[in-house]
Amino acid sequence: MKSDMQAPARPAADRPAPPPPAAAAPRSTMRPAIKAQARGLNFYYGGTVQALKNIDLDLAERRVTALIGPSGCGKSTFLRCFNRMHDLYPGNRYEGEIVLQPDNVNILDKSVDPIEVRMRISMVFQKPNPFPKSIYENVAYGLRVRGVRSRARLDDKVEEALRGAALWDEVKDRLDDLAFNLSGGQQQRLCIARALATDPEILLFDEPTSALDPIATASIEELVHELRDKVTILIVTHNMQQAARVSDYTAFMHLGELVEFGDTNTIFTNPSKKQTEDYITGRYG
Amino acid sequence: MEAARLAQMRALIARHKYLDRIFAIVGLMAMFAGMITLTALFIDLLIDGAPRLNWDFFTSFPSRRASQAGILSAWVGTTLVMLVTAVAGVPLGIAAGIYLEEYAPRNWITDLIEINVTNLAGVPSIVYGLLALGLFVYQLDLGQSILAAGLTLGLLILPVVIVATRESIRAVPGSIREAAYALGATKWQCVAHHVLPYSTAGILTGVIIGMARAIGETAPIITIGALTFIAFLPPIPFTGDPPAGPFEWLFAPFTVLPIQMFNWLSRPQAAFLENAAAAGVVIIVMTLAMNAVAIVIRYRYRKRIKW
Repeated sequence: MKSDMQAPARPAADRPAPPPPAAAAPRSTMRPAIKAQARGLNFYYGGTVQALKNIDLDLAERRVTALIGPSGCGKSTFLRCFNRMHDLYPGNRYEGEIVLQPDNVNILDKSVDPIEVRMRISMVFQKPNPFPKSIYENVAYGLRVRGVRSRARLDDKVEEALRGAALWDEVKDRLDDLAFNLSGGQQQRLCIARALATDPEILLFDEPTSALDPIATASIEELVHELRDKVTILIVTHNMQQAARVSDYTAFMHLGELVEFGDTNTIFTNPSKKQTEDYITGRYG
Repeated sequence: MEAARLAQMRALIARHKYLDRIFAIVGLMAMFAGMITLTALFIDLLIDGAPRLNWDFFTSFPSRRASQAGILSAWVGTTLVMLVTAVAGVPLGIAAGIYLEEYAPRNWITDLIEINVTNLAGVPSIVYGLLALGLFVYQLDLGQSILAAGLTLGLLILPVVIVATRESIRAVPGSIREAAYALGATKWQCVAHHVLPYSTAGILTGVIIGMARAIGETAPIITIGALTFIAFLPPIPFTGDPPAGPFEWLFAPFTVLPIQMFNWLSRPQAAFLENAAAAGVVIIVMTLAMNAVAIVIRYRYRKRIKW
């Protein structure tokens, strides 16, 4: 019925580096565990402007969940609830809960320290934002904050994180170079390595490729796809093709509400809501 | 395009460019007016003072005979007062700047404090002198000492340091702060590991500019009663028997270069004017040297950090 749609379907064969068949089979058939649940989540900027309205969403463990929607729909706002980033600015208020599993704790609760939440849930930002320090120190910073002093352990984790972010081979001989000397795409992968170094339970991506060229974008997308086996990923993107390419689940948001949420294939080929269909076919005004 | 309209357009461009050139000339003249005056003043001072600028001038106490008078007590006094000024004013100013920028809640009290700090930078220095006379000299009974003068000038540079600190801190992009917080840093970790190191250049520049202002200040130091003729040195700092010995210098009477210069200027004999000119050259060179350090720091850090 949706044969005229422009949004690409996502045949499994198109994915870069597909997992071996043995692993792929359970991935597609088994229902994944839930890593986090947003329940009746409302959010107010400055105490008055309601940016999120009664959001319910389950984040599947070790899957990629994409948030799409027009500018100002609240997708970044929603993402930034997961690491309590809104607590940095006065007057912001959460209602409802985001329950982290398996320990079943509401990370939005006032009794939960936002720093503890940020130590468990890492974030990669829209624009690459490395510190003006060496490549090594950038990756090691999260560990240093956690009090890791041992040089050997730092070395190990830094290498592991840089390998995880597919950057190790490019920088292994110049770890003491300033991070600013890297290209934009490398800087963003460095930021991913920095986020990975602390073994986060969830990795948040806030439009990670919007400041990058197409080649760097492709490498980041490939990386997101590979990371899916290790960590739960929530990614905001304004690029529907990107959502279709990298994610297992997609949520479409509009004006602070979650309009539709489901399997990425379904959302892009057979959305149940008219609004979703209009948006993904580019008919959205 | 038809020829007539093209010619019209070209005439218009020519007219605009003419205005461009006129402003370039006006700007150049304005710049030279300032530069030439200052350079002429400095050269005049240099010519007048040159005969006196020798080793003895720096190692002699003031004297009734102009040819034997020197600035030993004055430059030692200036150096020690600046030391106290830096120790008193810089940490307070930086800490206050950090607090206002990173910690203070945004409300009307903070706004009020901010406005006041900015205004303090414009308060005439003699007012600081009067305040210091009442507070440091009499109330705290510090007397007419190096300590009192250093604290006075420390107050004087405080707003300059606070404003410079806040501006440099504000130049650190929010995305860097968010990066640190997202990794689980506390506010203090974010400040100590990132915000402060990345704004060091701006802060140091502000500190040095403040110090350069303080080094030439005369009015507040006279107000608190610095001596104008002093033929001995304070005890050498950080020597002598503890507990009080190492800090005896803080309570010694003193004079500073601008006061010495002022003193010589008010003498009728022409020979003392030479001394005044020479002292003036020394103050200017000290100030320029401090500004040069500020420029070097700024340049070296800028190369490293580009936002």
